[in-house]
Amino acid sequence: MADLAFDPKAVEQLSPPLVTGQPSLHEVTEAVSIHTEIETHRNWYIALAISGSITLLLGSMLAYLVSTGIGVWGNNNPVGWGWDITNFVFWIGIGHAGTLISAILFLFRQKWRTSINRFAEAMTLFAVACAGIYPLVHVGRPWRAYWLFPIPNADLAMWQNFRSPLLWDVFAVSTYATVSALFWYVGLIPDLAIIRDRAKTQMRHTIYGLLSLGWRGSATHWKNYEKAYMILAGLSTPLVLSVHTIVSFDFAVSIIPGWHTTIFPPYFVAGAIFSGFAMVITLMVIARWVFKVEHLVTMTHLENMNKVILATGTIVGYAYATEFFIAWYSGNEYERFTFINRAMGPYAWAYWSMVSCNVISPQFFWFKKLRTNIPFMFVLSIFVNIGMWFERFVIIATSLHRDYLPSSWGYFRPTIVDILTFFGTFGLFITLFVFFTRFLPIIAVSEVKGMMIQTEHEKHYLPATTSGSSEPVKAH
Amino acid sequence: MAEHSSIHGVVADFDSPDTLLDAVRAARAKGYTKMEAYTPFPIHGIDEAMGAKPSILGYIVLCGSATGFTTAVLLQWWTGTIAYPLVISGKPLFAFEFGFPVMFELTVLLSAFAAVFGMLGLNGLPRLSHPIFNYSGVAGSSDDRFLLVIEASDKKFDANETKDFLASLGAEKLEVVEA
Repeated sequence: MADLAFDPKAVEQLSPPLVTGQPSLHEVTEAVSIHTEIETHRNWYIALAISGSITLLLGSMLAYLVSTGIGVWGNNNPVGWGWDITNFVFWIGIGHAGTLISAILFLFRQKWRTSINRFAEAMTLFAVACAGIYPLVHVGRPWRAYWLFPIPNADLAMWQNFRSPLLWDVFAVSTYATVSALFWYVGLIPDLAIIRDRAKTQMRHTIYGLLSLGWRGSATHWKNYEKAYMILAGLSTPLVLSVHTIVSFDFAVSIIPGWHTTIFPPYFVAGAIFSGFAMVITLMVIARWVFKVEHLVTMTHLENMNKVILATGTIVGYAYATEFFIAWYSGNEYERFTFINRAMGPYAWAYWSMVSCNVISPQFFWFKKLRTNIPFMFVLSIFVNIGMWFERFVIIATSLHRDYLPSSWGYFRPTIVDILTFFGTFGLFITLFVFFTRFLPIIAVSEVKGMMIQTEHEKHYLPATTSGSSEPVKAH
Repeated sequence: MAEHSSIHGVVADFDSPDTLLDAVRAARAKGYTKMEAYTPFPIHGIDEAMGAKPSILGYIVLCGSATGFTTAVLLQWWTGTIAYPLVISGKPLFAFEFGFPVMFELTVLLSAFAAVFGMLGLNGLPRLSHPIFNYSGVAGSSDDRFLLVIEASDKKFDANETKDFLASLGAEKLEVVEA
């Protein structure tokens, strides 16, 4: 007879601790708040100077674009969508991991999300901010961008075309940006109150007091708060799936071979989560080391994220294969041509970069040794990001550059403005992070504490553990 | 009650969620009804222990959802068929099929607004000041302390008696706070 009694060690192996070193509640508050309170480190200014300069570069490129015209980009005929839409889809996709962690994993009661959700949600917001630039400026006359919205106005004198997926996209992306910002801020309110309560100066107390809206953490507050959080998670879950679905409609609803496929929505969503998790790994590996929160963002968190990367990467690879199969099986010669051209035409280099980064590289995560190796996962996450950028580029450029008539064949080459603008968006992304990590708690403190207490309670209910042996989390 | 008009209540300061929960249950058993707990994170089971009703936020959000959906239907129908009817690629002027993405997005958007602003409204936030902030150890309630306040508006409230009662429940610190 097998021994069916619960062995505490075995339990720990099945669900490794999410907070290591058994810190007290106060130590958690301390670890998470301290970086907003200490004197600004010299390295912070250096980081801000570098990322700020790159952001200024973005600003000057956009000013040049707007004052001159879209012609400064490499977009041409037939490749009417170039890096603008590639980068838009790239950035919006990255945001999806944040919402997945904050909403979907919340609904599935995945406790490991608590240490990383704040950071990932911030990433969502900043990535959406970078993404939002492109549709805004690629319209050519961004001062007319409000025409995208159904605002009654005399100078347009007509209404938007709701039959167009591009308009659906306007609604999807602006809703996504707004709801992500609300979700993030709601999560921040109790933690802003912590910073307020720890404030040493009157100014800090006033600023964080106003930001926390007078939060007191009363039982009534928490009751409505938890309900609101649950509802927001429930709303964000279909929302995040809808956003990349609608982004994929921009392509799938057209009749361009290579775009006109029903696999696009699930394939885009999987790709978005894949790239987003890779970006979380890239950033989190750095942040947990810089801010010394390795005991709160543990190897368990990183390993779980790497498993998600493995799963979604495999889905993406499967989608690539399906696309090729359908191109052959449909018997549509234009579809076949597009896919053969994709893998063997002038953009073969981009296609095979994509396949090696997205399909082959995540497979290394089958090995526990590799998915728990920090330098390895860091490098691999960058490969995934590169691969996912190439995916969007391949989809856009290869489907467009050889039109039905060979007389309208072309090739897309980015200009220096394309390249510097894209480079500049990374500057903006990092600058926003530099500010975020300086002034706001990067870990959802109250959630981590609640999770610690809950875990402690669950241990008590496990049968056959020597009850009462594990010390409950004490306040000190 | 007149002598209590400048008093908000008695604060009892506990060191763990379990002692707080026990205290809440004991206070309810004793007949106190006007009480509030202040904790660094939500304590499960405290609403039941305090006899609080479930949050009505869900109904507010439902109103938001209905508003969002209706707005999206009317917006697309009215602009497409009345205000600016224009046949594009032979598609109908209005149909639920192509209207669905916008209906969905606006439903979610207005539900989210309702959830956030409804939550703030139900909680009476934003608010610049509250008597609990007069308690000398209030900062602990966002860190690692668990406060129970029996409010002066309670019929059974008597500053000294209530204080003694809370002391008997294992509170580590007691204080009468001004309103």
